[in-house]
Amino acid sequence: MGSRQLKNRQRDPPTLDEFKSRKTKSKDKKRDSNKKRSLETEGESKKQKKQKKDSKSDPVKEKKSKKPEPVTKEEEELPEVDYDALAKSSKALFDDEEEEDKNDDIISDDDLQDEFDLEQEYENEEEESDSQGIKWSDDDEYSDDDIEKLNMDNIEELSAKLDKRDKIIEEEAELELKEEHLQDKITDVLLKDEELEENEDLTTTRTRMLEIVKILENFSQLADPTKSRSQYTDRLLKDIVKYFGYTEFLAEKLFQLFSPTEAIEFFESNEVARPITIRTNTLKTKRRDLAQSLVNRGVNLQPIPGNWSKTGLQIFESSIPVGATPEYLSGQYILQAASSFLPCIALDPQEGERILDMASAPGGKTTYISAMMKNTGVVFANDFNAKRTKSLIANIHRLGCTNTIVCNYDAREFPKVIGGFDRILLDAPCTGTGVIGKDPNVKLNRTTKDFIDIPHLQKQLLLSAIDSVDSNSKTGGVIVYSTCSVAVEEDEAVIDYALRKRPNVKLVDTGLAIGKEAFTSYRGKKFHKSVSLARRYYPHAYNVDGFFVAKFVKTGPSKFDDNKSSAKEKEYMAQKELEVEGIINDDFAEFDDDEDEKYIEKSKKDSLKKKGINPKSKKSRSD
Amino acid sequence: MRQLTEDETQKVFEKLANYIGKNIKNLINKDHVFRLQKDRVYYVSKMIANYATSIARDNLMSLGICLGKFTKTGKFRLHVTSLQILAPLAKYKIWIKPNGEMPFLYGNHILKAHLSKVSDNVPEHVGIIVFNEKDIPLGFGVSSKSTNDIKNVDPTSIIVFRQSDIGEYLRDEDTLFA
Repeated sequence: MGSRQLKNRQRDPPTLDEFKSRKTKSKDKKRDSNKKRSLETEGESKKQKKQKKDSKSDPVKEKKSKKPEPVTKEEEELPEVDYDALAKSSKALFDDEEEEDKNDDIISDDDLQDEFDLEQEYENEEEESDSQGIKWSDDDEYSDDDIEKLNMDNIEELSAKLDKRDKIIEEEAELELKEEHLQDKITDVLLKDEELEENEDLTTTRTRMLEIVKILENFSQLADPTKSRSQYTDRLLKDIVKYFGYTEFLAEKLFQLFSPTEAIEFFESNEVARPITIRTNTLKTKRRDLAQSLVNRGVNLQPIPGNWSKTGLQIFESSIPVGATPEYLSGQYILQAASSFLPCIALDPQEGERILDMASAPGGKTTYISAMMKNTGVVFANDFNAKRTKSLIANIHRLGCTNTIVCNYDAREFPKVIGGFDRILLDAPCTGTGVIGKDPNVKLNRTTKDFIDIPHLQKQLLLSAIDSVDSNSKTGGVIVYSTCSVAVEEDEAVIDYALRKRPNVKLVDTGLAIGKEAFTSYRGKKFHKSVSLARRYYPHAYNVDGFFVAKFVKTGPSKFDDNKSSAKEKEYMAQKELEVEGIINDDFAEFDDDEDEKYIEKSKKDSLKKKGINPKSKKSRSD
Repeated sequence: MRQLTEDETQKVFEKLANYIGKNIKNLINKDHVFRLQKDRVYYVSKMIANYATSIARDNLMSLGICLGKFTKTGKFRLHVTSLQILAPLAKYKIWIKPNGEMPFLYGNHILKAHLSKVSDNVPEHVGIIVFNEKDIPLGFGVSSKSTNDIKNVDPTSIIVFRQSDIGEYLRDEDTLFA
């Protein structure tokens, strides 16, 4: 409904000439319109409103207030482009609605003409307004005379005039807003909560979101100069929370990672499931053979696009369950998200090496590593959760990986258990903000505490991983850190921490064909320059889960390498260290609530003032 | 984790010999060893077994390939995970038609109707490895009829009793790998 309202509104009133010529045709159309009106109840109600008003109020004033849209040349073009693009983009996002929209277009066109037929006084208004010098925004009119008139000499004068008109129109628009703000909610995107319709249509919300994004992208020209950027952002965040169902905290955290347009794309793509992908088990078969036998079973598939994986297949549709074919059970392939290939490719295991996978369940990456090594060497597959090792062991046996040792430790116990690995893969436990499409619970479950506790654990794990690698390894000395989260706290902040704590490692290129560079600075935090060598993956950019991959090489031994402290001791040390670390590096410092309270109060007052509300009056009301 | 005792070794080898007969000597070589961890028997390369000694007994969940487990009564039972070791060394084989694959993977015995081909000279009541027509091993069982007798039975009669099939990876994940 919202988009339809938008369309009705954005349609410019006809010029006088046009209008007259239409009138001659209108008698025929009137008959048809009776049918159409029954379809288009909304338009009808609008008409009735107008008729009522006409009878009530002074026609000239009424006309102005009803049509706040007609703007003068200078400004006119911007909103116009804005609406068109907006309509287009919303169509592109929701293809099913396209048909409807088209119908709406046609109907509303007739409807408008209809309106003019019914309201005879309208003609007079038009003439009056013309004589007053207010131009109706219509392309033809401008191309005819205004553009010719416009030249370098009089441009200043003209624009001044236009500004003046704008002002008047704006004021009128504001007046009108108060009268029927319900109809106008789309143009006025900055509604306060209490102004919102109680059961607002989600489409309306979406339209408004897209509109605000437009404004934010071109803030200096499109925004209402009396409003601040943060006001627009606040509104947008509230809409995102409502439309996509995130907690406010998480919505804001994710929103800050992207430009507004990209953020909306990100949120949109989290609503869509990623394509199912499988990985060929090269220990048992070849990709071509597997594809052939699956096609024979009625599976529609193709190699993963982008040519960065030689073993992946993407499944479009299948007449049989892909997780229960004889090929699956005999271990010829494993269901694995495309993003999970990336850390293994980055790890680049070589034959005969000793490799540790610190958090391995359910074994997709472990078996990939094992396959890359052609069952030579040793792969230690560790997982903290004993229950999850079941599926890990099942996958290892099903895929025929004979070179694995499955153990169940807190990964921080390494290198006490055993160290000196050639390569270590740390696919760290994370908040899962990259896989919201897979697990929508993340939207609501994640709290501030998670974004402190989990990175805290990740840092310890990464240090343990670094300490467990053999820097003298002839072929390796590599640590790959990956998460399925896009939050900076779990990605860049963690590897930056590791670089600070262990000067004997350096970041190297991941060797991955796709991916975006990681941030080297984020919201005032500066990371080490080399952090840009790590790679980020987003669902909207590559159609894989949100992911992060960083590859370290250990250049020399350190005193920590024969660290014999257990996980508990490490945790205790880390807690102690955190107190100092927080102050030095602003890395989740302790919060001083009393001190913060003052600043919060102050900024609240400031923001109220900006919105034109007297903070004191608000207080008294709430009391 | 420890080596098998003589008694245990005998029980394991008896079971294996059921399916691979004399080929069992291919399993015994310098590079590979049998190891007992908790109640399970693993067949694993010596190098890996040595590395596994650094993992505490409670924390070691699996190594190499699991052949099967000793039951509480002291008998040895082969698991489906041993299939990848048995299949290449199989003494007797049976191939089943595509329409028989799914019934077998759901845990049913093999009927004559699903028979594609079978090794010659399969006696009654011996271990036999089951393949599909693409030579993918699907499980193992015990023949109920000799090759000659199979010709004379009606299509709905059972020719191989199922003992283990790869469908167990889905059906018995909870108990198989605990």
